[in-house]
Amino acid sequence: MFDKLLLGRYLQGNSIIHELDPRTKLLGSFFFIVIVFLANHWLAYLLLAAFVFIVIKLSNISISYFLRGIRPMLWIIMFTVIFQMLFTVGGTVYFQLGPITITSLGVINAIYIFMRLVLIIMMSTILTLTTAPLELTDGIEHLLRPLSRLGFPSHEVALMLSIALRYVPTLMDEAQKIMNAQRARGVEFDEGSFVDRVKAMVPILIPLFVSAFNRADEMAIAMEARGYRGGEGRTKYRQLKYSKIDAYALLTLLLVTAALIAIRIFIG
Amino acid sequence: MKSPIIKLKDISFQYQGVESFALTNVNLTINKGEWVALIGPNGSGKSTLAKIMNGLLVPESGKVFINGKLLDEETVWEARRSVGMVFQNPDNQFVGATVEDDVAFGLENNGVERLEMIQRVNEALQQVRMSDHKQKEPARLSGGQKQRVALASVIALRPDVILLDEATAMLDPLGREEVIEAIEKVKEQHDLTVISITHDIDEASKADRIIVMKDGEKKSEGVPADIFNLGKGLIDMGLDLPFTQKLKHALMERGIDIPDEYLDEEALLQWIIQSYLTM
Repeated sequence: MFDKLLLGRYLQGNSIIHELDPRTKLLGSFFFIVIVFLANHWLAYLLLAAFVFIVIKLSNISISYFLRGIRPMLWIIMFTVIFQMLFTVGGTVYFQLGPITITSLGVINAIYIFMRLVLIIMMSTILTLTTAPLELTDGIEHLLRPLSRLGFPSHEVALMLSIALRYVPTLMDEAQKIMNAQRARGVEFDEGSFVDRVKAMVPILIPLFVSAFNRADEMAIAMEARGYRGGEGRTKYRQLKYSKIDAYALLTLLLVTAALIAIRIFIG
Repeated sequence: MKSPIIKLKDISFQYQGVESFALTNVNLTINKGEWVALIGPNGSGKSTLAKIMNGLLVPESGKVFINGKLLDEETVWEARRSVGMVFQNPDNQFVGATVEDDVAFGLENNGVERLEMIQRVNEALQQVRMSDHKQKEPARLSGGQKQRVALASVIALRPDVILLDEATAMLDPLGREEVIEAIEKVKEQHDLTVISITHDIDEASKADRIIVMKDGEKKSEGVPADIFNLGKGLIDMGLDLPFTQKLKHALMERGIDIPDEYLDEEALLQWIIQSYLTM
């Protein structure tokens, strides 16, 4: 199931969306998720959907790819939508059976919820699909930096994030090796009851745990040997720079927000 | 030329919770521009000695001088900049998310200006012939390539000494060759001092001087020819003989009268050709 999940995956490319500053994308997505909740009219949803559609078009990634990415989440979405539909009361009653009623308001609410979830998932998928993990950590570090005045360890968090990301493939490889080594010694991973399978994970997890400790130790020594002594007095090799497209992107987002507020006040 | 760059005086070291000393009264002087190989069986204290040389471990007693300066809490960062270290495991010393980030990491720590950083990163990568892989992640590199990046990240710091702590131990023969070649080139270009800790006797035979360690003590030191002439003594210390020495012994066993002194590959080849001609 997880190999079908798109969220958190990165696709290399060179579209306008790929070139946006990661900070813009992070802030933009976050902002978008907030303004989705401003919408309470079909016009507003149409506007948001059009916006997402345009962003997807600009990213040069085909829409069918996104739709396939949503498929694993469909259960969660349907579950929420159906619950919303069955338990919202108000408007014309279409159907009634005990506490379960399907009303016009319920149906409308369900459609709205469906739209909200799909839009939010789409937007976050665009963010991770078009931003390299490294850029994401850079962006997060920059955005967290103001918090360091309040004592928040922004440098440490960023370093941890980037080291963790860098070690994901290394540790995956290692887990695979340990698994094969245990298989060669007769451990069965995909047979038996649920409890048996969980028990079979122990001979993978413990060696992985121990080796992670050893790695951490060696890494700390290597970092120290190269003069690492915390965030103070460090310069940065990577630098983020806002460009014109970032300004355009934020401007568009502000226009969309203004339109949403207008719809809410005058029509909704 | 013969000015000492690292000087160890009566170094003793004991790991916590271990009864025996890892090092006892080691005295050692390493001169500028020298290639020194530290050899010895497992547990002879080689790696401990390396970590003492750049302040990663603090000796129980004795003094360390780097460039004439006593290594203490104040000079330790300076010492780490002038003594760069390449470790054994290529994966566990790769800090950056990509090749260029990893090379820049040490420079960032030392507060190097960004423009200079870019220049130094490019230079260092060029010297180890990794420029084409600048943007790659470690997961997409071979072991030998990762070690060359580790070497680049050390030379980007412009150290005086490069300490190789079994840097080629986890590599295949090809990767090993690549790394050694890169080290030889870099050493020549920057007039560096190289200290290599190794089990690989062929790597040791490239050194100007070999130091043999055993049980935390310096057993003997000398030019490769002297050390390899110890013959059986070397094997008793748990070490292997270089290929030419093995061949010599095999020839001796077959009653061929071969000169006693150590011959490197070239010399042995010459000798064999000579003896064919005079036969």
